[in-house]
Amino acid sequence: MTAPISISLDVNGERVDAFVLPRLNLADFLREHLKLTGTHVGCEHGVCGACTVRVNGEIVRSCLILAVQAHDASVETIEGLSDSGEITDLQAAFRDRNALQCGFCTPGMLMAAQDLLKQTSTPDREQIREHLSGNYCRCTGYQAIVDAIESTARARAGRTA
Amino acid sequence: MKASAFAYARATSVENALELLADQGDRAKVLSGGQSLMPAMNLRLISPELVVDISGLAELRGIAVKDGILTIGALARHVDLLKSAEIAAHAPLLADAVTHVAHPAIRNRGTIGGSLAHADPASELPACMLALAATIIVRGPGGERRIAATEFFTGIYETALSPQELLVAVELPVAPSGSSHFFHEFARRHGDYAIVGLAVQTVIQDGRFSDLRLGFFAVGDRPLLARAAGKLINAPVTPALLSDALSDLADELDPQEDHQATPAMRRHLAKVLLTRCVAALLARPELNAGALN
Repeated sequence: MTAPISISLDVNGERVDAFVLPRLNLADFLREHLKLTGTHVGCEHGVCGACTVRVNGEIVRSCLILAVQAHDASVETIEGLSDSGEITDLQAAFRDRNALQCGFCTPGMLMAAQDLLKQTSTPDREQIREHLSGNYCRCTGYQAIVDAIESTARARAGRTA
Repeated sequence: MKASAFAYARATSVENALELLADQGDRAKVLSGGQSLMPAMNLRLISPELVVDISGLAELRGIAVKDGILTIGALARHVDLLKSAEIAAHAPLLADAVTHVAHPAIRNRGTIGGSLAHADPASELPACMLALAATIIVRGPGGERRIAATEFFTGIYETALSPQELLVAVELPVAPSGSSHFFHEFARRHGDYAIVGLAVQTVIQDGRFSDLRLGFFAVGDRPLLARAAGKLINAPVTPALLSDALSDLADELDPQEDHQATPAMRRHLAKVLLTRCVAALLARPELNAGALN
């Protein structure tokens, strides 16, 4: 039973069929098999948040899910959110506010930030910090990241008002 | 690191999962949300030969109330507890506690059954089970067993579950009218492992505790239902009585030393929590002053 297992899933709107070993986690499947390298692998035990992706619409740690567990699921990565234009304004705000330095944490930060903005239209800084508490930036650029998310929230609220 | 190789079986029913476990025993591990198992496997702290994935079993989902009992399926996720109207109405302590569990991306996967079976002494839900007088329901080759939460947790990552058994649900008595609760933990950052925490379910009548269940966590090798509560039940709570209860609490705790805190610091913080809890629940802020000396 350690042999490869057949899985079918939806990744960024495209059907994917593959054979994977049970031990392969979803992050490595996305990176190594599908070459979607925007999902980063940092700590590999669920602490750093760099591998955050959406599964069935909810953010999760892709290093803590087996690829075989994503069978029949809908997975969205940073490439999907980026290409669809869903977070264009958020990405622009990150650039404008210098909210990325080395960029390693940025895909996970964007995933977590967009998740918050979908649930809460105008979060305060404390709520932003709390929602991002599971995402590490080792350049320690947290102030600018919170700034970028706050300004995006305000801009979006302004557009819908 | 990456997990070492293992065989994978997607259980098709509870019966099927039990057959797989009966066959493999302690060579197998049950996978539900994976938020404790996967880190341990990635760090090679454990290397099971077989992973039995129960995450697709619909019969283990759901939160329901019937005849004064709140039943929570083992696969109810942290986020489900947070959003459930039944939990908010009948066990709001749990909803409060869950906001302290890790981070949103973890809470979207982690399950109550997984958290309880994992039995990390620093985790929130086991202590809540003590405070809420929960019954843990497990199934094994010999049928169903119902285990009081106070008997379930037996040590660090150790429970009364045998390797052939599966935790299927927990049952909680619906909180009676006049109930209130308290939850607080000290942690370095929000979502980190608690240094010391306290989950409390209580009934207050005429300014006195008629029931008081104090579930401490991260104070020893398992969650602790503090006997010190006995001092505070059905008695007018004075600063002197509270002081007595605090010294009882310090005596019954056996905290461990780790990189976060010394035993003395944990004892002190547990006393701070109990003081704040009593002052908050009785709405008597003056009790915060003076009792801790």
